[in-house]
Amino acid sequence: MGRYLGQKLLIYSLTFFFAVTIDWLIPRLMPGNPVDTLVSRMALRADVAAILRSYYLQAFQLDLPLWQQYLNFWGALLRGDLGVSIWLFPQPVLKLILDAVPYDLFLLLPAVILSWIAGNQVGAMAARVRWLDNSILPLGYILTATPYMWLALILAWSLGQVAGLFPIAGAYSFGIRPHLSWMFIKDLLWHWFLPFASLFLVMFGGWAIGMRNMIIYELEADYSRYLESLGAPPRLIRKYAFRNAMLPQITGLALQLGTIVAGAVATEIVFAYPGTGYLILQAVLNQDYFLLQGCFLFIITGVLIANFIIDIIYALVDPRIRTGMTGA
Amino acid sequence: MGLRVENLRVYYRTLRGYVRALEGVTFSVADGEIMGLAGESGCGKTTLGHSLIYLKPPMNYIEGQVFLDGQEVPIWDMKRMNEFRFRRISVIPQYAMNALNPTRKIGQLIADLLAAHGVDFKEILPELKRRLDLVQLSHEVLNMYPIELSGGMRQRAVMVISTLLNPSLLIADEITSALDVSTQKAVCEMIVEFRNRGFVRSTIFITHDISILYQIADTIAVMYAGQMAEKAPTEAILRSPRHPYTRMLIASLPQVGVRYREERLRGIPGAPPRLLDPPPGCRFQGRCPVAFERCVETPPFVEVEPGHFVACWREI
Repeated sequence: MGRYLGQKLLIYSLTFFFAVTIDWLIPRLMPGNPVDTLVSRMALRADVAAILRSYYLQAFQLDLPLWQQYLNFWGALLRGDLGVSIWLFPQPVLKLILDAVPYDLFLLLPAVILSWIAGNQVGAMAARVRWLDNSILPLGYILTATPYMWLALILAWSLGQVAGLFPIAGAYSFGIRPHLSWMFIKDLLWHWFLPFASLFLVMFGGWAIGMRNMIIYELEADYSRYLESLGAPPRLIRKYAFRNAMLPQITGLALQLGTIVAGAVATEIVFAYPGTGYLILQAVLNQDYFLLQGCFLFIITGVLIANFIIDIIYALVDPRIRTGMTGA
Repeated sequence: MGLRVENLRVYYRTLRGYVRALEGVTFSVADGEIMGLAGESGCGKTTLGHSLIYLKPPMNYIEGQVFLDGQEVPIWDMKRMNEFRFRRISVIPQYAMNALNPTRKIGQLIADLLAAHGVDFKEILPELKRRLDLVQLSHEVLNMYPIELSGGMRQRAVMVISTLLNPSLLIADEITSALDVSTQKAVCEMIVEFRNRGFVRSTIFITHDISILYQIADTIAVMYAGQMAEKAPTEAILRSPRHPYTRMLIASLPQVGVRYREERLRGIPGAPPRLLDPPPGCRFQGRCPVAFERCVETPPFVEVEPGHFVACWREI
């Protein structure tokens, strides 16, 4: 087991190194220059602008050769310094991200986990109840094929705009400051509901269909047939099938959980929800190298950690992998 | 008492109509008898084995009766059959090597299965261990996952599981087909041993390999295109077959001492009829060298000598 984990760690470290390098490179491949954007926003006289421009270029160390920038970037990264945002100058990138991440977790953690649980249960039921299968299957395909953004727009328009039941922007009302009170929590949940519902529905469709197909596959497997010919009750066979069908679903869940720090870009944009997805959009629009790098760094780390955890969980759940890695 | 099957008809429902896989099959297996069931692919031997324990769509029960120890077996009723399955009729499936749930320890699997039949695992454990010894599996396998066993070990484990409750009838479905010859021999010896020790009373051993049946079977039944052609004690089938199909089948077996470079191995010309719309009467008539007018009627399966049954107009 130790050797297996060591091997995995090495692979993940290498992946991290290359991913971070690409992360550093991509914003710099965009045409234009963030400092120009920053300076032009200030609407200064041409000569003052030129002075400010060279000052900022030096301050952000964008005047150095690329290889030097790259090395400095790693140095700062290892000290835990993600730099300063250009869009919201002079706030540090780390603070912006840490402010946004709770909203992502608050929105996506319930959406992913609840849709996973509900999807698995309903999918497993659909595999053996015909009328449920006939209704859930088409519904599931429609839901899972729906773009998040489109469903979000439909919900915002119908329940928010037309029916007026829910607000369609922000994480809380503009008139309130975040504090701990029932009024604020109620307001938070009220704003949270539509983005949550749009994510939940789309994900639910995917999980339910995946589970249904896996269960049907498992119920047709040789071991199910053997148990059935030996008169085992359907309950026992379903129990086995469910457990085996869960394995791919667990991988799917882990991958989803890994990406939740990235927020749900489209949903957060539609509902102007202040999560990481919203930050990424602003960072791109403002050519904010450092903010963009920081956001992607969080995503990379999240995905890698989730994958690593799933490698471990999988080994615990599935004896086939456990034997494989202990080399027995 | 053993097993008695009367006029069993089981068809497969397909989009183009019924495939008449079993057409009026009648035979019986005595207590302690190991009956070999032989025939070429698609002749209905596995369908027969399945319909005795696990008759599930697309298989369709049309008519016929099955009696086990004098009691009628409701093979058409999936639910009521659960009283018979495992306790009184059991099966070693064709896919025995993959028959165990990969994510459950073998001991736990057995415990789950026994609990479903109201049997206490702890009570039966000493007997289970004795039987594992008999098939030369260590007691450790109870604590292992199927993946930790070789294919042969998994098959032996399945043989022990299937016979654990001492069924009256065991259906062994092509269990030697995927094995090398030395393992085949060991498996066959176990089937005989199970019978001798009373773990199972009657056995139907389905195979297409007649030379294996010669070693273990008391009687051999030969099927052709969904019908019983001949059933007789093993020696009689091999030495004095009566049905033309059996004769040609036996004649096409390679013999020791014959150089087939000089004399070509003979087969049976032609192919079996399509079971979607088979010709009326004897289904072998199209390939039969001695067919005559009468063969358009279905020949009865009659006893021409004690214990020797044939379905051929020429032999009546």
